[in-house]
Amino acid sequence: MTWSATARGAHQPDNTAFTQQRLPAWHPLLSASITLPLFFCAGLAFLGLGLGLYYSSNAIQELEYDYTGDADEGSCATCATEDQGRAPPPRCSCSWYFTLSELFPGPVYLYYELTGFYQNNRRYGVSRDDAQLSGLPSALHHPANECAPYQYSAGLPVAPCGAVANSLFNDTFTLWHRRQPDAPYVEVPLDRSAIAWWTDYHIKFRNPPLVNGSLALAFKGTAPPPNWPVPVYELSSDPNNTGFVNQDFVVWMRTAALPTFRKLYARIRQGNYSAGLPSGAYRVDIAYNYPVRAFGGHKLLVFSNISWMGGKNPFLGIAYLVVGSLCIVMGFVMLAVYIRYQDQDDDDNDDE
Amino acid sequence: MWRWVRQQLGFDPPHQSDTRTIYIANRFPQNGLYTPQKFIDNRIISSKYTVWNFVPKNLFEQFRRVANFYFLIIFLVQLMIDTPTSPITSGLPLFFVITVTAIKQGYEDWLRHNSDNEVNGAPVYVVRSGGLVKTRSKNIRVGDIVRIAKDEIFPADLVLLSSDRPDGSCHVTTASLDGETNLKTHVAVPETAVLQTVANLDSLIAVIECQQPEADLYRFMGRMIITQQMEEIVVAVYTGMETKMALNYKSKSQKRSAVEKSMNTFLIIYLIILISEAIISTILKYTWQAQEKWDEPWYNQKTEHQRNSSKILRFISDFLAFLVLYNFIIPISLYVTVEMQKFLGSFFIGWDLDLYHEESDQKSQVNTSDLNEELGQVDYVFTDKTGTLTENEMYFRECSINGIKYQEINGRLVPEGPTPESSEGSLSYLSGLSHLSNLAHLTSSSSFRTSPENETELIKGHDVFFKAVSLCHTVQISNIQSDSIGDGPWQSSLESSQMEYYASSPDEKALVEAAARIGIVFMGNSEEIMEIKILGNLERYKLLHVLEFDSDRRRMSVIVQASSGEKLLFAKGAESSILPKCIGGEIEKTRIHVDEFALKGLRTLCIAYRQFTSKEYQEIDRRLFEARTALQQREEKLAEVFQFIEKDLILLGATAVEDRLQDKVRETIEALRMAGIKVWVLTGDKHETAVSVSLSCGHFHRTMNILELINQKSDSECAEQLRQLARRIKEDHVIQHGLVVDGTSLSLALREHEKLFMEVCRNCSAVLCCRMAPLQKAKVIRLIKISPEKPITLAVGDGANDVSMIQEAHVGIGIMGKEGRQAARNSDYAIARFKFLSKLLFVHGHFYYIRIATLVQYFFYKNVCFITPQFLYQFYCLFSQQTLYDSMYLTLYNICFTSLPVLIYSLLEQHVDPHVLQNKPALYRDISKNRLLSIETFLYWTLLGFSHAFIFFFGSYFLMGKDISLLGNGQMFGNWTFGTLVFTVMVITVTVKMALETHFWTWINHLVTWGSIIFYFIFSLFYSGILWPFLSSQNMYFVFIQLLSSGSAWFAIILMVVTCLFLDVVKKVFDRQLHPTSTEKAQLTETNASVKCLDSVCCFPGEAASAAVRRMLARAVGRCGPAHLSRSWSASDPFCTNDRSVLTLSTMDSSTC
Repeated sequence: MTWSATARGAHQPDNTAFTQQRLPAWHPLLSASITLPLFFCAGLAFLGLGLGLYYSSNAIQELEYDYTGDADEGSCATCATEDQGRAPPPRCSCSWYFTLSELFPGPVYLYYELTGFYQNNRRYGVSRDDAQLSGLPSALHHPANECAPYQYSAGLPVAPCGAVANSLFNDTFTLWHRRQPDAPYVEVPLDRSAIAWWTDYHIKFRNPPLVNGSLALAFKGTAPPPNWPVPVYELSSDPNNTGFVNQDFVVWMRTAALPTFRKLYARIRQGNYSAGLPSGAYRVDIAYNYPVRAFGGHKLLVFSNISWMGGKNPFLGIAYLVVGSLCIVMGFVMLAVYIRYQDQDDDDNDDE
Repeated sequence: MWRWVRQQLGFDPPHQSDTRTIYIANRFPQNGLYTPQKFIDNRIISSKYTVWNFVPKNLFEQFRRVANFYFLIIFLVQLMIDTPTSPITSGLPLFFVITVTAIKQGYEDWLRHNSDNEVNGAPVYVVRSGGLVKTRSKNIRVGDIVRIAKDEIFPADLVLLSSDRPDGSCHVTTASLDGETNLKTHVAVPETAVLQTVANLDSLIAVIECQQPEADLYRFMGRMIITQQMEEIVVAVYTGMETKMALNYKSKSQKRSAVEKSMNTFLIIYLIILISEAIISTILKYTWQAQEKWDEPWYNQKTEHQRNSSKILRFISDFLAFLVLYNFIIPISLYVTVEMQKFLGSFFIGWDLDLYHEESDQKSQVNTSDLNEELGQVDYVFTDKTGTLTENEMYFRECSINGIKYQEINGRLVPEGPTPESSEGSLSYLSGLSHLSNLAHLTSSSSFRTSPENETELIKGHDVFFKAVSLCHTVQISNIQSDSIGDGPWQSSLESSQMEYYASSPDEKALVEAAARIGIVFMGNSEEIMEIKILGNLERYKLLHVLEFDSDRRRMSVIVQASSGEKLLFAKGAESSILPKCIGGEIEKTRIHVDEFALKGLRTLCIAYRQFTSKEYQEIDRRLFEARTALQQREEKLAEVFQFIEKDLILLGATAVEDRLQDKVRETIEALRMAGIKVWVLTGDKHETAVSVSLSCGHFHRTMNILELINQKSDSECAEQLRQLARRIKEDHVIQHGLVVDGTSLSLALREHEKLFMEVCRNCSAVLCCRMAPLQKAKVIRLIKISPEKPITLAVGDGANDVSMIQEAHVGIGIMGKEGRQAARNSDYAIARFKFLSKLLFVHGHFYYIRIATLVQYFFYKNVCFITPQFLYQFYCLFSQQTLYDSMYLTLYNICFTSLPVLIYSLLEQHVDPHVLQNKPALYRDISKNRLLSIETFLYWTLLGFSHAFIFFFGSYFLMGKDISLLGNGQMFGNWTFGTLVFTVMVITVTVKMALETHFWTWINHLVTWGSIIFYFIFSLFYSGILWPFLSSQNMYFVFIQLLSSGSAWFAIILMVVTCLFLDVVKKVFDRQLHPTSTEKAQLTETNASVKCLDSVCCFPGEAASAAVRRMLARAVGRCGPAHLSRSWSASDPFCTNDRSVLTLSTMDSSTC
């Protein structure tokens, strides 16, 4: 019903590059002639990188010891047999002896490794209250429902609540060194600081505000997690490393991606050991508390040094080498095909 | 009461009598017996929503879609049970999708509201309480008397009461109804025609009784009972949504494209994958949990509630949780992206200058954007002939009078062929005519004259023919012209030739014009007198009756009374409808001549007359009046009377009119055939005409073996003929075959022998169906549509008779021609010329198909990539439904990180230059049969998605190894870092994969592709850099930054992205090298002309930076400045020189062959 007589040419579309679909454009083509050099270049680059990565990973040393004790060897076997089914198990201690014939270059990192432990189980992973851990007083006394069944203990709110906190790894290690066969063991200082992410330790995890300058009063009215022998404010005697802001606790709270995982326990970089562990006999005293045999898991101690790219993992280097050589092989195959079919293409063109 | 409620809600139609009674000016009878009928007001509502019902109604409409409903269910499941992901992850994308769609639909509805308001608010003058009142269109009530001035638009359906002319006539154009722009005369009832003033009208007390509203535009029956101007006084009869126009708004049948169908198939496949993944996970979860040490180790005890819940319930809720976890494998934003792509992409058709017809100032129209990609899939083209292949501009060429053929040469008739006995006489007659009308003409062409001396004798026998031609029609003379003629009715014939005729049928116009050239000039009709001027002498005929044309009778007649008092009937129509009714005249000779005309591709009409005795006439008059005033079954009665009147005719002769072929029809048909498209011509013309036009437009070749299936009378005969044809085709499969079928044989063939007929048709490279009724056209298309190969059909037509076929075909194309806009209005796409079809299909169709096919495949691919790592992760987390990615990433993956590159790709991609596509129609075959969405291609993409997902996941898994530290300071990553690593690799890979598919890199593509990746990084840095106060878990805090601070992670990201794409690149290169498709070959031809990558991003080499920036700005605006028309194929284009020489050559080839 609404039509109006308009001027001639009024409906003529605009003549712009966009409306006429002729914006200036680059037309890349994945033809053999372009991809061939690309493949060779990429292949060579990857091979080079792969070699570099492989050797840098190979230079890293690792020393690990399974102290679970179910193989009936080592002193931890006795601990292992002691009623490990229940939690918390009785206290037990054992030792691991080893000797280094040469310097284990530093800085050396001490990890503990657990296997068969599913920190990534969803029911486990969500069983925490980040608000409580950030020191929010209201959350301290009203833990999130996800924490159940570690939400309330005997009517008192659990702090820190949840399965993750409750299962805090509580084996402790001390490292002793003996330079000469008959010399006494000297304790090697373990630096337990900066094992957690800086941001976690300084920002994400906060203690609730002190009451009368006392952390214990701040946690008044809460219960420790059922498995914990001590309340959270007694995790460490160091006032800067206790409560929720305890390095071990913060490390544990960053749940691992896979059922086999390592967590950093300490760094060895102080005193005579800043260059690494010198040769000699060593003893690790282990407070064997953490029960793993119930779920078929293992506990390992790992000494490792670190390069710029992290721990020892040959995968990256090998993968680079494989992909690089695949590129080059493909490059050659393509070259062969290219040369062979080039003639045919010419024929085809002649036909046209 | 209940009944009233139901009526108001629209369940029961309100009680309606068959007729409505309208009291003019709403003057109801005073006695109380009258119960007023209720009529709706004159508000036109084409909009769907109001402000109030928009939200609920639109939501309802949207959730009727299966996909949206599915996501709603998932969302509700997430709300109800304990699921691994928060309801936000599926709620937000759903909200986004719904909002975008709602905005689009709201915008469209807003446009409709605007146009409604414009119509409803138009000022009108209504007679109320004795005076003219200005009011708005929407306030008109049924029964109001409305005054319409010249050139105004009717606000409702109106009945003419009077006009400012004494005879109460007015001229009306129906362009907005059916597109016919000719003037139609309407005459008021004499009783009201005299009431020309408002005061007079005010005193009118009258009642109109008429039928209830119906959609048929050409039918209105009613009677007025009266119990007592370039402007017109009219009374409103139907208002608002009951106007015939509103009733003609058809809710268009939803056509679905092949792409959409395969999309739905893919969705179902993915749904199956989803459900089986969920089932597998659930089963594995329970096998794992059989051991207590995994189900409930000491460190991860269950609550009492969890322990005690019933096993079956737990099983179901676990299954649902897995369903929720994996639900993103169904691409939620697929539909909204496809919709946006179609909506935005369809603008390019309207914008295309190549599809713009300058002469008529018409650009192409897209009436539905749902079918863009279907244009790239056409297997069959069904085209109308008249107005589609031809111009629909008729030129009178030849005629046959009393068995003698004449040709019109330079405005004179010249006999043709060996007709010795009468050639002299007729010639002299004709030259006599010319002599009298135009002496100059005569002398200039005197060589044709043989014997000018004996001229007068034979005029009598022949002028009847031309009188018939100039009387038997419905041609109008335009208002202004007729006025001037009215002033001086005795003009010379020379001046009269400047008159302009307007006719609804171009044939009629051509005939009347031809008669005028010959010397018998139609001068117009005033009141009921038709004036014709024969050689300068005015003759008046009283027009008694017009027996209008209809497509069943295929003829029309007029009954006139000559000044001598004799009453004559002149009939004009198709030879098949006139000749059987004739009892006198040179029937046999004329039949031969008509066939000869048809062979030349001319359109023929036969002319006959009948003389009535006054007794006969009285009976006819009476019967006609009865039929015309009948309220019931008027049409049947009229047809019966017409049948009675149009008989015992005496044949006068036949006319032959030429309809010129449109520009480049032959090339277009040729190109369509090269593209592997079968072309069928469906026409109402007679067999010979159709065949000869087919030959001239290249539809049939001279070398083709033409098979015929015509004039079949019986079933068995038809079957026999079909079998014969099938045999002939089998024997001779070297030559191309063409098939000619006519309407009657076709209906026989379709009734019993569909299979046989289809068999024959499929083996013919060209099929021509002549003598087709509109519904038959549609039926043929339906038949092809449902044949086993399920081909995609496209119908092109220009007239109202093509509407049914346009609506039946998968894609309906309307030609905006001379026969009105009905076809264009009902079509999916409307173009101005047949030749535009080649660009529409080969370029736009091809592009749209490639774009949307890749879009669909890519969407499924990227969601497989997205969800498969999540599935794999379950194997490492005891099937505990732990998510790999953070909720925010789950939410934003589809709507932010990966949405734009594919959308831009699907709007701008041009894998081959458009000129190459247009000049090499064979490229169209590369995408036929929905090739890019075939199950193989789909499997390839899906497998690619799976393999990429394996690479992301296991690459990251092995990188972690025995969970070694990846940081230089020995600290450890957690599960969220692991997931983020996988996610980062995925976003990059998926985006670069899109980049690999892109062959047309404009600055926009660069912007969105690299922009998406950069956006991901910036977003993640920001997101993980802050402790978000409103989030309950702070899992992601500093995770991304820690990830990026690891050198290993960087190396791993590069490695995994390269490895993923390596597979794909290798496949692409080998495909291209070993068996390139013709499309890939065509891509090579243009590499010389390509713009360098950097050019397309920002600047051209060798330019000052300022100029480059200016250019970039200009390009951002989209204006194509003269300096950088670099891809426009203009003559001043240095980039494309090499290429253009190739292209122009091929253009020449195609035009010369």
